[in-house]
Amino acid sequence: MNYELIGITVLWIFLYGYLIVASIDFGAGFFAYYAKLTKKDHIINQLISRYLSPVWEVTNVFFVFFFVGLVGFFPDMAYYFGQSLLVPGSIAIVLLAIRGSFYAFENYGSKDNHLYMFLYGATGLLIPASLSTALTISEGGFIEETANGVQLLYGKLLTSPYSWSVVFLAVVSVLYISSMFLTYYANRAGDKPALELVRKYALFWSSPTIIASLTTFIALSQQNLEHYQRAIELWWVFGISVGFFLIAVFLIYIGKYYGWAFIAVMFQFLFAFFGYGASHLPYLLRPFVTLSSGVTNETMAISLIIAFIAGLFLLIPSLVLLMRMFLFDADYVKGKK
Amino acid sequence: MFEYDSVVMSRMLTSLTLAFHIIFATIGVGVPVMISIAEFIGIKKKDPHYTLLARRWTRGFTITVAVGVVTGTAIGLQLSLLWPSFMQIAGNVISLPLFLETFAFFFEAIFLGVYLYTWDRFKNPIFHWLLSLPVIIGSTMSAFFITTVNAFMNTPQGFDLEGRVITSIEPLAAMFNPATPTKVFHVISSSYMTSAAILATITAFIILMKKGSKYHKKALKLTVVATFIFSIMTALAGDLSAKFLAEHQPEKLAAGEWHFETEEGADLILFGTINENNEVENAIRIPKALSFLAHGDFNAEVTGLEETPEEERPPLWIHYMFDLMVGIGFFTLGITFLYLVFWKVKKWNEYNPLLLWGIASIGPLSMLAIEFGWIFAEVGRQPWILRGYMKVSEGATTSPHVDWMFVLFIALYTVLAIGCITVLRKMFKNNPAELELESRYPQVAATKEDD
Ligand code: HDD
Ligand code: HEM
Ligand code: HEM
Repeated sequence: MNYELIGITVLWIFLYGYLIVASIDFGAGFFAYYAKLTKKDHIINQLISRYLSPVWEVTNVFFVFFFVGLVGFFPDMAYYFGQSLLVPGSIAIVLLAIRGSFYAFENYGSKDNHLYMFLYGATGLLIPASLSTALTISEGGFIEETANGVQLLYGKLLTSPYSWSVVFLAVVSVLYISSMFLTYYANRAGDKPALELVRKYALFWSSPTIIASLTTFIALSQQNLEHYQRAIELWWVFGISVGFFLIAVFLIYIGKYYGWAFIAVMFQFLFAFFGYGASHLPYLLRPFVTLSSGVTNETMAISLIIAFIAGLFLLIPSLVLLMRMFLFDADYVKGKK
Repeated sequence: MFEYDSVVMSRMLTSLTLAFHIIFATIGVGVPVMISIAEFIGIKKKDPHYTLLARRWTRGFTITVAVGVVTGTAIGLQLSLLWPSFMQIAGNVISLPLFLETFAFFFEAIFLGVYLYTWDRFKNPIFHWLLSLPVIIGSTMSAFFITTVNAFMNTPQGFDLEGRVITSIEPLAAMFNPATPTKVFHVISSSYMTSAAILATITAFIILMKKGSKYHKKALKLTVVATFIFSIMTALAGDLSAKFLAEHQPEKLAAGEWHFETEEGADLILFGTINENNEVENAIRIPKALSFLAHGDFNAEVTGLEETPEEERPPLWIHYMFDLMVGIGFFTLGITFLYLVFWKVKKWNEYNPLLLWGIASIGPLSMLAIEFGWIFAEVGRQPWILRGYMKVSEGATTSPHVDWMFVLFIALYTVLAIGCITVLRKMFKNNPAELELESRYPQVAATKEDD
């Protein structure tokens, strides 16, 4: 394996990690607001804040890790993405900032503030939508390089069916992943009314997820035929993903093994995400940056990989500790601690 | 305003975000140290006053951390969004510490989460105290890593540049460049000092307003002593930084000191003004002191600004930034020393209102010193973004929308600042220390003796 492949694999794993933990968080924001509107907030909001408050900072670091690592391994991406994404990037920062401060401020009154709850819910959907544009743009055709530098073609981006189908997919996946997780968590907490509510959400959001995946596939064939064909060659990867989807929905439907159901969801997205990533290569940003043209020099690549391995020795034990304290400590989950 | 220019706007937006982030970053680096000290004393002395102190500081800290994290995420993204060409070049050489920094964040974030939610989970409180150590290590290491990046911008090394191609890269040499040791020492010590000073300010203010209880008096002693120690460290580190500048970045020191001609036994100029012939007026001159500051020898030769080509000289107004920073440093040192004297001399009253007002001023002043210090350091690097290799104007984005983003971020930081202040006020107003002491440790609150 060469350095650039190791690099992109590491980054992709972290982006996958962010996709899962951030979706749980984003979706929960939407459900919290929805529950407040429908006067069911007393049922689930306690559950949500017990899990989310201790971990939101960790979620944020996943994201920071991804973009810092991307610039480290592929400095050319900093140039092209940096030049073209100023406006969408800044909007995403503002949304992330509002959301991050919510967790800090919530215990001191903002929970009763309707505007703040609305922003908390809305950012949960807008952030995935705005972050997903970075993936859309990487397919090519949305930025041009002129003598004045690199520019984003807003008109094209806003009228492209592909770009909208990606946004749609991002939003429904967030709601699906989040409700699947909350179902599992409510069950662990032994909270029957909450379980009933979030289980309904989970079943509801499963079909849009699979539909959105299909429409995105079709739109991709129009946006970037080459990528689409490489994806078709990897059909079995996407097939396995659909298989896990069916297992997850089935388990939720029969109302048993919620833990396994969520693991199936994680595998569903693992396969889909890596299938998408693998077929995206060799381009990182079509047609400007490929895996081998954009990679940093060998010395830096090696030192980043060493740093990464050393870092994992630090992180994995600490993450296990965190999960044991808040996720798997039955008393904490039940609210006794 | 001025003619539209994305370079100017990018600089303004970068300055805005950094100036805002640095407030919370400084608190993020220093306050965990103070919390840990207070909790440790509380356990050793079995004195719930100190434990309560640690608890209350921690609670305030959760708010500032959150703002630190979101503004840090902003600056992290903005570095690529506003300086794409710079990051493309620099990313090849200096991404190692940036990458390592994310691990430090990870480490800090995980243990902060655990620390916050486990106050009463352990039978032996020392285990909870142990959890504060990884938080300190994580935040101080993140200050260390990010400061090496900034040091690299001042004295780049560890690579060769041939045209636009970079070769012979040595990541460790880039990280441990000549500016790193003094810069790291000064940044970390000034963060500790400023955090201790802010906590001292809050305590002194409460004693002034409401004649604080025993709890507040203990808090005042702890924070003022800590500020005193950390400000000695900061002054020492600052002195070393000046010696570093004299050797490796003489134009920054010369511009900061209005030292135009290379000479031996150079005078130190305090404040003053400059007339149109570049002559210094109205200043206080300390004979030969600049030579001492720069080389530790009153007769040493100090390089003047004349040796730097005109178009590569930093602006002269940074002189005031330097003087204000140093002035605040010595003022803080003086006030905290005075408190120690008043405390040790039995006849004198260390709760003298004038002295308390002095202490109440050191927190905001130290934070200003941080801002002045950074402006001195960053503007003093002008016109370079990578000294000797790349000018600021070559590094900036060419996007025409930076002005609107500037407006957007002003709005964001205003909202964050207001939210932060409102929440902190609510948090402590509705729950004063006396009440919390009574509800948590009723046996202590009952014995209300005063000494
Ligand atoms: C509480 C804050 C504070 C205080 C009291 C001082 N400083 Fe400072 N100073 C900083 C906070 C700071 C800083 C924010 O940490 C800077 C900005 C960039 C840096 O490296 O550290 C800095 C930079 C800085 C530099 C430039 C370093 C460089 O660009 O590489 C010098 C020469 C000094 N300081 C010298 C001093 C001296 C002689 C002081 C005497 C007491 C002093 N500082 C007090
Ligand atoms: C790794 C750390 C840092 C990096 C990479 C960095 C980078 C930059 C860049 C790219 C600029 C714009 C170019 C320029 O005007 O010089 C800048 C300017 C500036 N930075 Fe830094 N900076 C760092 C640390 C800080 C910190 C922590 C502060 C604290 C406030 C700060 C304060 C400023 C200020 C005030 C300016 C504006 C200078 C001017 O007006 O010309 N910097 N910095
Ligand atoms: C260009 C300069 C800087 C960049 C790019 C930067 C980046 C960041 C980022 C991305 C975060 C959020 C991390 C998270 O998600 O947990 C952050 C937070 C933080 N930064 Fe900065 N930072 C800069 C300057 C500084 C400086 C100069 C210091 C120290 C003196 C510092 C200290 C911290 C600390 C301690 C935190 C953790 C939050 C807290 O505890 O308050 N940063 N920074």
